[in-house]
Amino acid sequence: MLQIISLLVENKPGALMRITGLLSQRGYNIESLTVARTLDPELSCMTIVVDVDATLRQQVIKQMNKLVNVLQAVDLTEAPAVRREMVLVRVRTVQESRTAVLKEAEIFAARVVDSSVEGFALEATGDPEKLDEFIDVMRSYGEIETTRSGVVAVSLEGKKLKLQPPVLTEAR
Amino acid sequence: MSTLTNGAKMLLECLAREGVDCFFGYPGGVTLPFYDAIYDHHIRHVLVRHEENACFAAEGYARATGKVGVCCATSGPGATNLVTGLVDAMMDSIPVVALTGQVTSKLIGSDAFQEADTFGITRSCTKHNYMVKKLEDLARVVHEAFYIAASGRPGPVLVDIPKDVFQAQGHYTPVTSIHLPGYKVFTEGHTGQIRRAAQMIWESERPLIYAGGGIIAANASGELREFVEMVDAPTVTTLMGLGGLPSNHPNFVSMPGMHGSYAANMGMSSCDLIVALGVRFDDRVTGRLAAFAPHAKVIHVDIDPAEIGKIRTADVPIVGDVKRVLGRLNKVLADLGEAGLPPSRAAARRAWWSQMRAWKAEHPLAPVTSDSEIKPQHLMMEIDRLSGGEAIVCSDVGQHQMWAAQFIRFNGPRLWINSGGLGAMGFGLPSAIGAQFAHPDKLVFALVGDGGFQMSIPELSTVVGYGLPVKIVVMNNGYLGMVRQWQELFYNNRLSSVELDSFPDVEKLAGAYGFKGRTIDKPWELASALEEAVREPGPYLLNVKVSPCENVYPMVPAGGAINEMVMGPPQPVAVPE
Repeated sequence: MLQIISLLVENKPGALMRITGLLSQRGYNIESLTVARTLDPELSCMTIVVDVDATLRQQVIKQMNKLVNVLQAVDLTEAPAVRREMVLVRVRTVQESRTAVLKEAEIFAARVVDSSVEGFALEATGDPEKLDEFIDVMRSYGEIETTRSGVVAVSLEGKKLKLQPPVLTEAR
Repeated sequence: MSTLTNGAKMLLECLAREGVDCFFGYPGGVTLPFYDAIYDHHIRHVLVRHEENACFAAEGYARATGKVGVCCATSGPGATNLVTGLVDAMMDSIPVVALTGQVTSKLIGSDAFQEADTFGITRSCTKHNYMVKKLEDLARVVHEAFYIAASGRPGPVLVDIPKDVFQAQGHYTPVTSIHLPGYKVFTEGHTGQIRRAAQMIWESERPLIYAGGGIIAANASGELREFVEMVDAPTVTTLMGLGGLPSNHPNFVSMPGMHGSYAANMGMSSCDLIVALGVRFDDRVTGRLAAFAPHAKVIHVDIDPAEIGKIRTADVPIVGDVKRVLGRLNKVLADLGEAGLPPSRAAARRAWWSQMRAWKAEHPLAPVTSDSEIKPQHLMMEIDRLSGGEAIVCSDVGQHQMWAAQFIRFNGPRLWINSGGLGAMGFGLPSAIGAQFAHPDKLVFALVGDGGFQMSIPELSTVVGYGLPVKIVVMNNGYLGMVRQWQELFYNNRLSSVELDSFPDVEKLAGAYGFKGRTIDKPWELASALEEAVREPGPYLLNVKVSPCENVYPMVPAGGAINEMVMGPPQPVAVPE
């Protein structure tokens, strides 16, 4: 099973490399990774989906928490959390199918973001399995191209984040 | 209060404020501005002959003092040469700050002359690393680097500094606070867990204390000794923990593991409680994990939460500084102990001690000697005699390292200096240079094999140049001995690329550098030759030719359980011509 890790990290050069390095060093393949700024521009939130042996998950989280730039790393794999992904699909379709494509898009709550004589560009969000189905359905109407965002997740537990206070030094 | 200065001077100011009195390095193109500032600064720069050895020397200094060791290299090849030393410091949790020059900011990423991605390369071999992009960040970063290197679980921190940052003009403002919101250091230990640990120790019938490098790193030998005496349990110290408890302490049962003593390994396998203090259950200690200490509950104290439960599940995990945790544990134990152990348990403990003594007597770490040739164990016994538990012994890696760990005694911490986790050959001599700079008046041995010595010969020049009285003892068996031992035992004695012939004449070699060297191969020469080396006011190179095919025993073959030791040579095997 894939592990979903949510991290709050300092928005500094190299922070991403340190985190992915911990995974690549152990030979783990990253399935998806998203990263963006939080409300505090000095911090980024990251969601990583990675294939880690179940017995080693805790170790990976501990190693990530040791990184100086990581404020918090939590395992959301089995925790109460909302997981969402976005996909952009470009579907080329013949004139006769256009209405059907739009109907299907509606079923998946997808939005049309571009329309041309060749077909549509559609945007859908949902959990990854639902997006798999959406992509399958669209493929049945013609040639498609897709880009997925990777999973973003948010924990539903109100865990208080503990930040380390500044350390005073003797007039260095 | 601040005066206009440049980055190079500012860096030296930071080092001075961190209490650095000497550091080890090698200059180059982009560090020219820094070396210009060093020219008339009071901090001593020690010019080594290879950057790898700058890092090893910084480690030797750090291991001998507990202070942060500092090394310095130029960009590109200078920085890449530091890598082995950084990994070594990482594996053994040694506080080191490495300073590297980088090509001018504008040229970064252009494949400039002597450019390498030092920041990227050293990501995984440092506790943390930095690239300083502007002068305003320099002082903060350098002080952070020292703080990170020395606090929590110590380790190496690298600071990469482009040439233009060294040259930029600015004002130095003292750094009064370090703000690292994500850097967590757990020192105190959980009160409830400390109580549970005390209770578990109290209830144990066959306790064993397993102490490691964390005791040395935390300067916790005093607390350990008090703890050991209060619990009165047999105590094994790992390769990294030797000296944490004096070797002549009655509770000391030498080293466990692959080349550990019979008693230590049998004790590990039979105890009902392991009190693990600043250790990481290394594979060289545990052997086959499934068979390791099968009857034991585990109390595990470590400052690094990631070590707890990494290899062996802890029944009582305590995350904290082992010095503080032991201090508190000792208090709780003292209260518990007032009533004395119940008679049945006291009897069980006595039986446990007699069992330990029986194992010790059954297979002691006995010196092997011969009338015709020098046995390596004999060499270690003689060094031990001269040291009296007080000398600093900086070992290289291989058979001699294991024999030294078995036979040389250490009355205190920071005397035994070796590359434990990484097993980096070429470590012995440069680390001895660092240790001798830290303790100019102490007797320092660089105890090396003929393999590792030849990796560090260039540093003879450093030894002479700075007049360091390091006693270099080469245990010369003409082989890469440990590899040869494995080839003999597990590869049908097919000795592949392990013969080290054409070893130089050390009298001429040392003579060429301007100091004394001598080769001996007779057992009756050994004591006097070592004494002569120690008497010599300057450096000395003693090449000791030992019996070539001696193996280190006891030995737990790879993948074996630690109570399944091979105690001595197997049946003679046919040696191909």
